[in-house]
Amino acid sequence: MTAIIRADGVTRKFRDFTAVDHASFTVEHGEIFAFLGPNGAGKTTTIKMLTTLLHPTSGTIEIDGHNPVTEQNEVRKSFGIVFQDPSVDDELTAYENMELHGVLYGIPRKLRRDRIDQLLEIVELSDRRNSLMKEFSGGMKRRLEIARGLLHHPKVLFLDEPTIGLDPQTRNHLWAYVQKLNKEEGITVFLTTHYMEEADRVANTIAVIDHGRIIERGTSQELKERTKTASLEEAFLALTGHEIREEQLDAHDQFRNRMRQKRR
Amino acid sequence: MNVIYVLWLRQLKRYLRSRARLIGSLGQPLLFLFAFGFGFGPMYAKAGGGNYMQFLAPGVICMAILFTAVFMGIEIIWDRQFGFLKETLVAPVSRMNIMLGRTLGGATVATIQGVIVFLIALLAGFRPEYWYSVVFALPVMFLIAVLFTAFGTGVASVMSDFHGFQLVMNFLVMPLFFLSGALFPLNDLSKVINAIVRIDPLTYGVDALRGVFLGTSHLGLGPDILVLSLVTVLFLIIGSHLFSKIEV
Repeated sequence: MTAIIRADGVTRKFRDFTAVDHASFTVEHGEIFAFLGPNGAGKTTTIKMLTTLLHPTSGTIEIDGHNPVTEQNEVRKSFGIVFQDPSVDDELTAYENMELHGVLYGIPRKLRRDRIDQLLEIVELSDRRNSLMKEFSGGMKRRLEIARGLLHHPKVLFLDEPTIGLDPQTRNHLWAYVQKLNKEEGITVFLTTHYMEEADRVANTIAVIDHGRIIERGTSQELKERTKTASLEEAFLALTGHEIREEQLDAHDQFRNRMRQKRR
Repeated sequence: MNVIYVLWLRQLKRYLRSRARLIGSLGQPLLFLFAFGFGFGPMYAKAGGGNYMQFLAPGVICMAILFTAVFMGIEIIWDRQFGFLKETLVAPVSRMNIMLGRTLGGATVATIQGVIVFLIALLAGFRPEYWYSVVFALPVMFLIAVLFTAFGTGVASVMSDFHGFQLVMNFLVMPLFFLSGALFPLNDLSKVINAIVRIDPLTYGVDALRGVFLGTSHLGLGPDILVLSLVTVLFLIIGSHLFSKIEV
Protein backbone atom coordinates (compact mmCIF):
# COMPACT_ATOMS: atom_id res chain seq x y z
CA MET A 1 0.00 0.00 0.00
CA THR A 2 1.08 3.57 -0.65
CA ALA A 3 0.23 6.69 1.24
CA ILE A 4 -2.39 9.02 -0.18
CA ILE A 5 -2.05 11.56 2.64
CA ARG A 6 1.35 12.41 4.02
CA ALA A 7 1.89 14.96 6.78
CA ASP A 8 5.44 15.68 7.79
CA GLY A 9 6.20 17.84 10.82
CA VAL A 10 3.09 19.92 10.26
CA THR A 11 2.77 22.85 12.64
CA ARG A 12 0.19 25.58 12.81
CA LYS A 13 0.42 28.51 15.16
CA PHE A 14 -2.21 31.16 15.86
CA ARG A 15 -0.19 34.01 17.32
CA ASP A 16 1.42 32.38 20.38
CA PHE A 17 -0.97 29.42 20.50
CA THR A 18 0.23 26.25 18.79
CA ALA A 19 -2.83 24.38 17.54
CA VAL A 20 -0.91 21.64 15.74
CA ASP A 21 2.60 20.79 16.80
CA HIS A 22 4.89 18.82 14.47
CA ALA A 23 2.23 16.33 13.45
CA SER A 24 3.49 13.57 11.17
CA PHE A 25 1.30 10.78 9.87
CA THR A 26 0.37 8.92 6.73
CA VAL A 27 -2.94 7.62 5.49
CA GLU A 28 -2.80 4.66 3.13
CA HIS A 29 -4.73 4.31 -0.10
CA GLY A 30 -8.15 2.82 0.48
CA GLU A 31 -8.18 2.77 4.25
CA ILE A 32 -10.61 4.26 6.72
CA PHE A 33 -8.57 6.48 8.97
CA ALA A 34 -10.00 7.81 12.23
CA PHE A 35 -8.48 10.93 13.68
CA LEU A 36 -9.45 11.15 17.33
CA GLY A 37 -8.81 13.69 20.02
CA PRO A 38 -10.50 15.73 22.75
CA ASN A 39 -12.03 19.12 21.99
CA GLY A 40 -9.40 21.64 21.03
CA ALA A 41 -6.77 18.98 20.36
CA GLY A 42 -6.12 20.19 16.82
CA LYS A 43 -8.36 17.93 14.73
CA THR A 44 -10.24 20.59 12.86
CA THR A 45 -7.13 22.71 12.31
CA THR A 46 -5.42 19.65 10.82
CA ILE A 47 -8.38 18.97 8.52
CA LYS A 48 -8.37 22.61 7.43
CA MET A 49 -4.71 22.34 6.51
CA LEU A 50 -5.21 19.08 4.63
CA THR A 51 -8.10 20.63 2.71
CA THR A 52 -6.31 23.88 1.69
CA LEU A 53 -8.35 26.14 3.97
CA LEU A 54 -5.36 26.95 6.17
CA HIS A 55 -1.65 27.00 5.42
CA PRO A 56 0.70 25.26 7.82
CA THR A 57 3.14 27.52 9.65
CA SER A 58 5.79 24.89 8.94
CA GLY A 59 6.02 21.29 7.74
CA THR A 60 4.73 19.77 4.51
CA ILE A 61 1.57 18.02 3.42
CA GLU A 62 0.92 15.87 0.39
CA ILE A 63 -2.51 14.77 -0.79
CA ASP A 64 -2.41 12.27 -3.62
CA GLY A 65 1.04 13.57 -4.51
CA HIS A 66 0.08 17.24 -4.48
CA ASN A 67 0.94 20.03 -2.09
CA PRO A 68 -2.14 21.88 -0.74
CA VAL A 69 -0.22 25.16 -0.56
CA THR A 70 1.31 25.23 -4.03
CA GLU A 71 -1.10 23.00 -5.97
CA GLN A 72 -4.37 24.09 -4.46
CA ASN A 73 -6.66 23.17 -7.34
CA GLU A 74 -5.22 19.68 -7.86
CA VAL A 75 -5.65 18.98 -4.17
CA ARG A 76 -9.17 20.42 -4.11
CA LYS A 77 -10.25 18.16 -6.96
CA SER A 78 -8.89 15.12 -5.21
CA PHE A 79 -10.98 15.28 -2.04
CA GLY A 80 -14.59 15.62 -0.97
CA ILE A 81 -15.52 16.92 2.44
CA VAL A 82 -18.42 16.85 4.84
CA PHE A 83 -17.85 19.62 7.35
CA GLN A 84 -18.65 19.51 11.03
CA ASP A 85 -21.45 22.05 10.52
CA PRO A 86 -23.96 21.92 7.68
CA SER A 87 -22.65 23.69 4.61
CA VAL A 88 -25.61 23.50 2.24
CA ASP A 89 -27.57 26.46 0.98
CA ASP A 90 -30.91 26.26 2.78
CA GLU A 91 -32.68 28.43 0.23
CA LEU A 92 -31.84 26.07 -2.63
CA THR A 93 -33.26 22.64 -3.35
CA ALA A 94 -31.33 19.42 -2.91
CA TYR A 95 -30.85 19.17 -6.64
CA GLU A 96 -29.71 22.77 -6.96
CA ASN A 97 -27.12 22.28 -4.23
CA MET A 98 -25.77 19.28 -6.13
CA GLU A 99 -25.87 21.12 -9.42
CA LEU A 100 -23.97 24.09 -7.99
CA HIS A 101 -21.31 21.78 -6.65
CA GLY A 102 -21.00 20.05 -10.00
CA VAL A 103 -20.48 23.36 -11.78
CA LEU A 104 -17.91 24.52 -9.23
CA TYR A 105 -15.96 21.33 -9.87
CA GLY A 106 -16.23 21.70 -13.62
CA ILE A 107 -18.14 18.48 -14.30
CA PRO A 108 -19.71 18.60 -17.79
CA ARG A 109 -23.48 18.96 -17.83
CA LYS A 110 -24.49 15.51 -19.06
CA LEU A 111 -22.15 13.65 -16.73
CA ARG A 112 -23.17 15.93 -13.88
CA ARG A 113 -26.87 15.22 -14.29
CA ASP A 114 -26.31 11.46 -14.51
CA ARG A 115 -24.17 11.40 -11.42
CA ILE A 116 -26.55 13.58 -9.43
CA ASP A 117 -29.41 11.22 -10.26
CA GLN A 118 -27.33 8.23 -9.25
CA LEU A 119 -26.08 9.72 -6.01
CA LEU A 120 -29.49 11.00 -4.93
CA GLU A 121 -30.74 7.49 -5.51
CA ILE A 122 -27.98 6.03 -3.36
CA VAL A 123 -28.57 8.37 -0.41
CA GLU A 124 -32.32 7.85 -0.84
CA LEU A 125 -33.22 11.44 -1.50
CA SER A 126 -34.48 11.10 -5.07
CA ASP A 127 -38.06 11.80 -4.13
CA ARG A 128 -37.03 14.96 -2.27
CA ARG A 129 -34.74 16.32 -4.97
CA ASN A 130 -36.84 19.42 -5.54
CA SER A 131 -37.47 20.23 -1.89
CA LEU A 132 -35.72 23.20 -0.33
CA MET A 133 -32.93 22.24 2.03
CA LYS A 134 -34.50 24.13 4.90
CA GLU A 135 -37.28 21.55 4.92
CA PHE A 136 -34.72 18.75 5.46
CA SER A 137 -33.92 17.11 8.79
CA GLY A 138 -30.33 17.04 10.09
CA GLY A 139 -29.87 13.46 8.90
CA MET A 140 -31.18 14.20 5.42
CA LYS A 141 -28.84 17.17 5.12
CA ARG A 142 -25.93 14.96 6.11
CA ARG A 143 -26.85 12.41 3.47
CA LEU A 144 -27.04 15.10 0.86
CA GLU A 145 -23.68 16.49 1.91
CA ILE A 146 -22.10 13.08 1.53
CA ALA A 147 -23.65 12.67 -1.90
CA ARG A 148 -22.39 16.14 -2.80
CA GLY A 149 -18.90 15.37 -1.51
CA LEU A 150 -18.78 12.36 -3.84
CA LEU A 151 -20.10 14.08 -6.95
CA HIS A 152 -16.69 14.88 -8.38
CA HIS A 153 -15.37 11.36 -7.67
CA PRO A 154 -12.79 12.29 -5.05
CA LYS A 155 -10.03 9.95 -3.97
CA VAL A 156 -10.30 10.98 -0.34
CA LEU A 157 -13.45 11.75 1.61
CA PHE A 158 -13.05 13.88 4.74
CA LEU A 159 -15.79 13.47 7.32
CA ASP A 160 -15.49 15.89 10.22
CA GLU A 161 -17.76 14.57 12.99
CA PRO A 162 -20.39 13.54 10.45
CA THR A 163 -22.73 11.83 12.90
CA ILE A 164 -23.05 14.57 15.49
CA GLY A 165 -26.69 15.11 16.46
CA LEU A 166 -28.00 12.18 14.43
CA ASP A 167 -30.16 9.35 15.75
CA PRO A 168 -28.72 5.81 15.97
CA GLN A 169 -30.68 4.68 12.91
CA THR A 170 -29.24 7.40 10.71
CA ARG A 171 -25.76 6.90 12.14
CA ASN A 172 -25.81 3.21 11.40
CA HIS A 173 -27.09 3.81 7.94
CA LEU A 174 -24.46 6.45 7.28
CA TRP A 175 -21.51 4.32 8.40
CA ALA A 176 -22.78 1.31 6.49
CA TYR A 177 -22.86 3.49 3.41
CA VAL A 178 -19.38 4.91 4.02
CA GLN A 179 -17.98 1.42 4.47
CA LYS A 180 -19.63 0.27 1.29
CA LEU A 181 -18.16 3.19 -0.62
CA ASN A 182 -14.76 2.46 0.79
CA LYS A 183 -14.94 -1.20 -0.16
CA GLU A 184 -16.53 -0.89 -3.58
CA GLU A 185 -15.05 2.35 -4.87
CA GLY A 186 -11.79 2.21 -2.96
CA ILE A 187 -12.28 5.72 -1.59
CA THR A 188 -9.98 6.61 1.26
CA VAL A 189 -11.91 7.96 4.23
CA PHE A 190 -10.47 10.37 6.78
CA LEU A 191 -12.86 10.86 9.68
CA THR A 192 -13.08 12.48 13.06
CA THR A 193 -15.63 11.56 15.68
CA HIS A 194 -16.23 11.69 19.40
CA TYR A 195 -18.11 8.40 19.33
CA MET A 196 -15.40 5.86 20.08
CA GLU A 197 -17.56 2.86 19.28
CA GLU A 198 -18.02 4.24 15.76
CA ALA A 199 -14.30 4.62 15.23
CA ASP A 200 -13.78 1.17 16.70
CA ARG A 201 -16.25 -0.33 14.29
CA VAL A 202 -15.35 1.32 11.00
CA ALA A 203 -11.71 2.46 11.12
CA ASN A 204 -8.72 0.43 9.95
CA THR A 205 -6.27 2.84 11.50
CA ILE A 206 -6.70 5.22 14.40
CA ALA A 207 -4.52 8.18 15.28
CA VAL A 208 -4.95 10.07 18.53
CA ILE A 209 -4.03 13.74 18.70
CA ASP A 210 -3.79 15.79 21.85
CA HIS A 211 -2.41 19.27 22.46
CA GLY A 212 -1.58 19.40 18.79
CA ARG A 213 0.66 16.32 18.90
CA ILE A 214 0.01 12.85 17.53
CA ILE A 215 0.38 10.73 20.62
CA GLU A 216 -0.63 7.30 19.36
CA ARG A 217 -1.33 5.49 16.16
CA GLY A 218 -2.39 1.95 15.27
CA THR A 219 -5.38 -0.32 14.88
CA SER A 220 -8.06 -0.25 17.54
CA GLN A 221 -6.70 -3.57 18.82
CA GLU A 222 -3.17 -2.24 19.10
CA LEU A 223 -4.33 0.82 21.00
CA LYS A 224 -6.23 -1.32 23.48
CA GLU A 225 -3.25 -3.61 23.97
CA ARG A 226 -0.79 -0.78 24.46
CA THR A 227 -2.96 0.88 27.08
CA LYS A 228 -4.09 -2.45 28.58
CA THR A 229 -7.75 -1.49 28.31
CA ALA A 230 -10.82 -3.32 27.14
CA SER A 231 -12.48 -0.72 24.93
CA LEU A 232 -11.35 2.03 22.63
CA GLU A 233 -13.09 4.56 24.85
CA GLU A 234 -10.99 3.48 27.83
CA ALA A 235 -7.88 3.46 25.70
CA PHE A 236 -8.70 6.99 24.54
CA LEU A 237 -9.17 8.20 28.12
CA ALA A 238 -5.97 6.47 29.22
CA LEU A 239 -4.10 8.29 26.47
CA THR A 240 -5.64 11.73 26.79
CA GLY A 241 -6.55 11.93 30.50
CA HIS A 242 -9.85 12.40 32.24
CA GLU A 243 -10.15 16.11 32.79
CA ILE A 244 -12.62 18.10 30.71
CA ARG A 245 -11.14 20.32 28.01
CA GLU A 246 -12.02 23.92 27.60
CA GLU A 247 -11.98 24.52 23.93
CA GLN A 248 -10.60 27.88 22.92
CA LEU A 249 -13.36 29.50 20.96
CA ASP A 250 -12.96 32.53 18.82
CA ALA A 251 -15.83 34.99 18.50
CA HIS A 252 -16.96 33.38 15.30
CA ASP A 253 -17.35 29.92 16.83
CA GLN A 254 -19.15 31.29 19.85
CA PHE A 255 -21.60 33.01 17.61
CA ARG A 256 -22.13 29.89 15.57
CA ASN A 257 -22.88 27.91 18.69
CA ARG A 258 -25.47 30.43 19.72
CA MET A 259 -27.11 30.29 16.33
CA ARG A 260 -27.13 26.53 16.49
CA GLN A 261 -28.90 26.58 19.82
CA LYS A 262 -31.43 29.03 18.51
CA ARG A 263 -32.26 26.83 15.59
CA ARG A 264 -33.02 23.84 17.78
CA MET B 1 -17.37 31.66 -16.63
CA ASN B 2 -19.77 28.90 -15.57
CA VAL B 3 -18.75 29.46 -11.98
CA ILE B 4 -19.62 33.15 -12.13
CA TYR B 5 -22.93 32.32 -13.78
CA VAL B 6 -23.97 29.68 -11.28
CA LEU B 7 -23.18 31.92 -8.31
CA TRP B 8 -25.01 34.79 -9.96
CA LEU B 9 -28.00 32.53 -10.47
CA ARG B 10 -27.89 31.44 -6.85
CA GLN B 11 -28.22 35.02 -5.61
CA LEU B 12 -31.14 35.59 -7.94
CA LYS B 13 -32.96 32.44 -6.86
CA ARG B 14 -32.51 33.25 -3.20
CA TYR B 15 -33.91 36.70 -3.80
CA LEU B 16 -36.93 35.55 -5.75
CA ARG B 17 -37.76 32.90 -3.16
CA SER B 18 -37.66 35.21 -0.19
CA ARG B 19 -40.83 37.26 -0.63
CA ALA B 20 -40.67 38.67 2.88
CA ARG B 21 -37.24 40.15 2.29
CA LEU B 22 -38.25 41.46 -1.09
CA ILE B 23 -41.25 43.33 0.27
CA GLY B 24 -39.55 44.29 3.53
CA SER B 25 -36.66 45.98 1.79
CA LEU B 26 -39.07 48.16 -0.17
CA GLY B 27 -40.60 49.60 3.00
CA GLN B 28 -38.01 52.24 3.67
CA PRO B 29 -37.73 53.64 0.14
CA LEU B 30 -41.51 53.81 -0.09
CA LEU B 31 -41.73 55.68 3.17
CA PHE B 32 -39.17 58.20 1.95
CA LEU B 33 -40.89 58.56 -1.38
CA PHE B 34 -44.30 59.24 0.09
CA ALA B 35 -43.50 61.01 3.37
CA PHE B 36 -40.81 63.25 1.89
CA GLY B 37 -42.26 63.49 -1.58
CA PHE B 38 -45.68 64.62 -0.46
CA GLY B 39 -44.58 66.16 2.84
CA PHE B 40 -41.85 68.47 1.56
CA GLY B 41 -43.36 68.85 -1.90
CA PRO B 42 -45.37 72.04 -1.25
CA MET B 43 -42.50 73.70 0.65
CA TYR B 44 -40.01 72.82 -2.08
CA ALA B 45 -42.32 74.25 -4.75
CA LYS B 46 -42.85 77.43 -2.73
CA ALA B 47 -39.07 77.89 -2.44
CA GLY B 48 -38.91 77.84 -6.21
CA GLY B 49 -37.39 74.37 -6.58
CA GLY B 50 -40.17 73.03 -8.78
CA ASN B 51 -41.66 69.57 -8.46
CA TYR B 52 -40.01 67.78 -5.51
CA MET B 53 -41.21 64.33 -6.58
CA GLN B 54 -39.26 64.74 -9.81
CA PHE B 55 -36.19 65.64 -7.82
CA LEU B 56 -36.62 63.02 -5.10
CA ALA B 57 -37.48 59.90 -7.11
CA PRO B 58 -33.97 59.28 -8.54
CA GLY B 59 -32.58 59.75 -5.02
CA VAL B 60 -34.93 57.17 -3.55
CA ILE B 61 -34.22 54.74 -6.39
CA CYS B 62 -30.54 55.10 -5.48
CA MET B 63 -31.43 54.50 -1.86
CA ALA B 64 -33.11 51.21 -2.67
CA ILE B 65 -30.08 50.18 -4.72
CA LEU B 66 -27.64 51.24 -2.02
CA PHE B 67 -29.39 49.38 0.79
CA THR B 68 -29.97 46.21 -1.20
CA ALA B 69 -26.49 46.19 -2.68
CA VAL B 70 -24.68 46.64 0.63
CA PHE B 71 -26.92 44.01 2.17
CA MET B 72 -26.22 41.55 -0.65
CA GLY B 73 -22.50 42.06 -0.14
CA ILE B 74 -22.75 41.65 3.59
CA GLU B 75 -24.68 38.42 3.07
CA ILE B 76 -21.30 36.67 3.03
CA ILE B 77 -21.49 36.78 6.81
CA TRP B 78 -24.67 34.72 6.67
CA ASP B 79 -23.04 32.23 4.34
CA ARG B 80 -20.16 32.04 6.72
CA GLN B 81 -22.33 31.39 9.77
CA PHE B 82 -24.49 28.86 7.97
CA GLY B 83 -21.51 27.14 6.46
CA PHE B 84 -22.17 27.52 2.76
CA LEU B 85 -19.13 29.75 2.27
CA LYS B 86 -16.84 26.81 3.06
CA GLU B 87 -18.39 24.80 0.26
CA THR B 88 -17.33 27.46 -2.24
CA LEU B 89 -13.93 28.06 -0.66
CA VAL B 90 -12.77 24.43 -0.93
CA ALA B 91 -13.91 24.18 -4.55
CA PRO B 92 -11.21 24.23 -7.25
CA VAL B 93 -12.10 27.74 -8.43
CA SER B 94 -10.43 31.07 -7.84
CA ARG B 95 -11.71 33.35 -5.12
CA MET B 96 -11.80 36.11 -7.68
CA ASN B 97 -14.48 34.24 -9.64
CA ILE B 98 -16.47 33.49 -6.50
CA MET B 99 -16.37 37.16 -5.55
CA LEU B 100 -17.35 38.24 -9.08
CA GLY B 101 -20.29 35.83 -9.29
CA ARG B 102 -21.62 36.92 -5.94
CA THR B 103 -21.13 40.59 -6.66
CA LEU B 104 -22.80 40.50 -10.06
CA GLY B 105 -25.66 38.46 -8.58
CA GLY B 106 -26.10 40.88 -5.70
CA ALA B 107 -25.89 43.85 -8.06
CA THR B 108 -28.56 42.35 -10.31
CA VAL B 109 -30.87 41.94 -7.35
CA ALA B 110 -30.19 45.53 -6.23
CA THR B 111 -30.93 46.78 -9.74
CA ILE B 112 -34.25 44.93 -9.76
CA GLN B 113 -35.13 46.59 -6.45
CA GLY B 114 -34.27 49.92 -8.01
CA VAL B 115 -36.54 49.20 -10.96
CA ILE B 116 -39.40 48.29 -8.64
CA VAL B 117 -39.00 51.59 -6.79
CA PHE B 118 -38.89 53.36 -10.15
CA LEU B 119 -42.22 51.81 -11.10
CA ILE B 120 -43.75 52.81 -7.78
CA ALA B 121 -42.39 56.33 -8.23
CA LEU B 122 -44.24 56.47 -11.57
CA LEU B 123 -47.44 55.73 -9.65
CA ALA B 124 -46.57 58.49 -7.20
CA GLY B 125 -46.35 60.99 -10.03
CA PHE B 126 -42.71 60.82 -11.12
CA ARG B 127 -42.32 61.47 -14.86
CA PRO B 128 -38.97 60.96 -16.62
CA GLU B 129 -38.35 63.52 -19.32
CA TYR B 130 -38.26 60.90 -22.08
CA TRP B 131 -39.67 57.42 -21.85
CA TYR B 132 -36.52 55.96 -23.43
CA SER B 133 -34.35 57.35 -20.63
CA VAL B 134 -35.16 54.07 -18.85
CA VAL B 135 -32.82 52.33 -21.30
CA PHE B 136 -29.93 54.52 -20.14
CA ALA B 137 -31.00 54.45 -16.52
CA LEU B 138 -30.60 50.67 -16.26
CA PRO B 139 -26.83 50.54 -16.85
CA VAL B 140 -26.34 53.49 -14.49
CA MET B 141 -28.35 51.72 -11.82
CA PHE B 142 -26.39 48.53 -12.36
CA LEU B 143 -23.11 50.43 -12.06
CA ILE B 144 -24.20 51.92 -8.73
CA ALA B 145 -25.31 48.45 -7.63
CA VAL B 146 -21.97 46.82 -8.48
CA LEU B 147 -20.13 49.58 -6.65
CA PHE B 148 -22.00 49.09 -3.40
CA THR B 149 -22.20 45.30 -3.56
CA ALA B 150 -18.42 45.23 -3.86
CA PHE B 151 -18.29 47.67 -0.96
CA GLY B 152 -20.50 45.37 1.14
CA THR B 153 -18.39 42.35 0.22
CA GLY B 154 -15.26 44.13 1.36
CA VAL B 155 -16.84 45.16 4.64
CA ALA B 156 -18.23 41.66 5.27
CA SER B 157 -14.87 40.06 4.57
CA VAL B 158 -13.33 41.78 7.58
CA MET B 159 -16.31 41.21 9.90
CA SER B 160 -16.50 37.95 11.80
CA ASP B 161 -20.14 38.10 12.92
CA PHE B 162 -23.42 39.99 12.75
CA HIS B 163 -22.62 42.32 15.62
CA GLY B 164 -20.92 44.78 13.35
CA PHE B 165 -23.89 44.91 11.01
CA GLN B 166 -25.73 47.65 12.90
CA LEU B 167 -22.49 49.60 13.03
CA VAL B 168 -22.16 49.39 9.28
CA MET B 169 -25.74 50.48 8.74
CA ASN B 170 -25.57 53.46 11.09
CA PHE B 171 -22.07 54.69 10.44
CA LEU B 172 -21.59 53.84 6.79
CA VAL B 173 -24.79 53.20 4.89
CA MET B 174 -27.01 55.86 6.46
CA PRO B 175 -24.41 58.63 6.05
CA LEU B 176 -23.77 57.48 2.47
CA PHE B 177 -27.45 57.97 1.78
CA PHE B 178 -28.15 61.18 3.67
CA LEU B 179 -25.01 62.94 2.47
CA SER B 180 -25.49 62.06 -1.18
CA GLY B 181 -27.81 64.81 -2.29
CA ALA B 182 -30.59 62.26 -2.69
CA LEU B 183 -32.87 64.47 -0.59
CA PHE B 184 -31.51 67.97 -1.16
CA PRO B 185 -30.07 69.94 -4.10
CA LEU B 186 -26.31 70.36 -4.27
CA ASN B 187 -26.27 74.09 -5.10
CA ASP B 188 -25.54 76.69 -2.44
CA LEU B 189 -24.24 74.18 0.12
CA SER B 190 -21.79 75.33 2.79
CA LYS B 191 -18.15 74.50 2.05
CA VAL B 192 -17.92 71.76 4.67
CA ILE B 193 -21.08 69.93 3.59
CA ASN B 194 -20.11 70.35 -0.01
CA ALA B 195 -16.73 68.74 0.61
CA ILE B 196 -18.34 65.80 2.42
CA VAL B 197 -20.95 65.35 -0.27
CA ARG B 198 -18.23 65.28 -2.91
CA ILE B 199 -16.44 62.30 -1.34
CA ASP B 200 -19.63 60.25 -1.09
CA PRO B 201 -19.73 58.00 -4.17
CA LEU B 202 -23.52 57.83 -4.03
CA THR B 203 -23.60 61.57 -4.82
CA TYR B 204 -22.38 60.76 -8.30
CA GLY B 205 -24.89 57.94 -8.62
CA VAL B 206 -27.82 60.15 -7.68
CA ASP B 207 -26.58 62.93 -9.90
CA ALA B 208 -26.07 60.59 -12.85
CA LEU B 209 -29.54 59.14 -12.47
CA ARG B 210 -31.05 62.63 -12.37
CA GLY B 211 -29.06 63.44 -15.47
CA VAL B 212 -30.48 60.43 -17.27
CA PHE B 213 -34.08 60.80 -16.12
CA LEU B 214 -34.45 64.59 -16.08
CA GLY B 215 -31.71 65.81 -18.39
CA THR B 216 -30.26 68.01 -15.67
CA SER B 217 -27.26 66.99 -13.61
CA HIS B 218 -25.31 69.15 -11.24
CA LEU B 219 -21.88 67.69 -11.90
CA GLY B 220 -22.36 66.51 -15.48
CA LEU B 221 -23.32 63.01 -16.60
CA GLY B 222 -19.89 62.26 -18.09
CA PRO B 223 -17.88 63.08 -14.94
CA ASP B 224 -20.48 61.22 -12.84
CA ILE B 225 -20.12 58.03 -14.84
CA LEU B 226 -16.35 58.36 -14.82
CA VAL B 227 -16.18 58.73 -11.04
CA LEU B 228 -18.65 55.86 -10.52
CA SER B 229 -16.66 53.58 -12.81
CA LEU B 230 -13.35 54.38 -11.16
CA VAL B 231 -14.72 53.87 -7.66
CA THR B 232 -16.39 50.62 -8.75
CA VAL B 233 -13.11 49.25 -10.10
CA LEU B 234 -11.35 50.35 -6.93
CA PHE B 235 -13.96 48.69 -4.67
CA LEU B 236 -13.88 45.52 -6.77
CA ILE B 237 -10.12 45.32 -6.34
CA ILE B 238 -10.24 46.04 -2.60
CA GLY B 239 -13.27 43.75 -2.13
CA SER B 240 -11.72 40.80 -3.89
CA HIS B 241 -8.46 41.31 -2.07
CA LEU B 242 -10.21 41.25 1.31
CA PHE B 243 -12.37 38.33 0.20
CA SER B 244 -9.28 36.35 -0.79
CA LYS B 245 -8.00 36.77 2.76
CA ILE B 246 -11.07 35.23 4.41
CA GLU B 247 -10.33 32.24 6.58
CA VAL B 248 -13.07 29.89 7.69
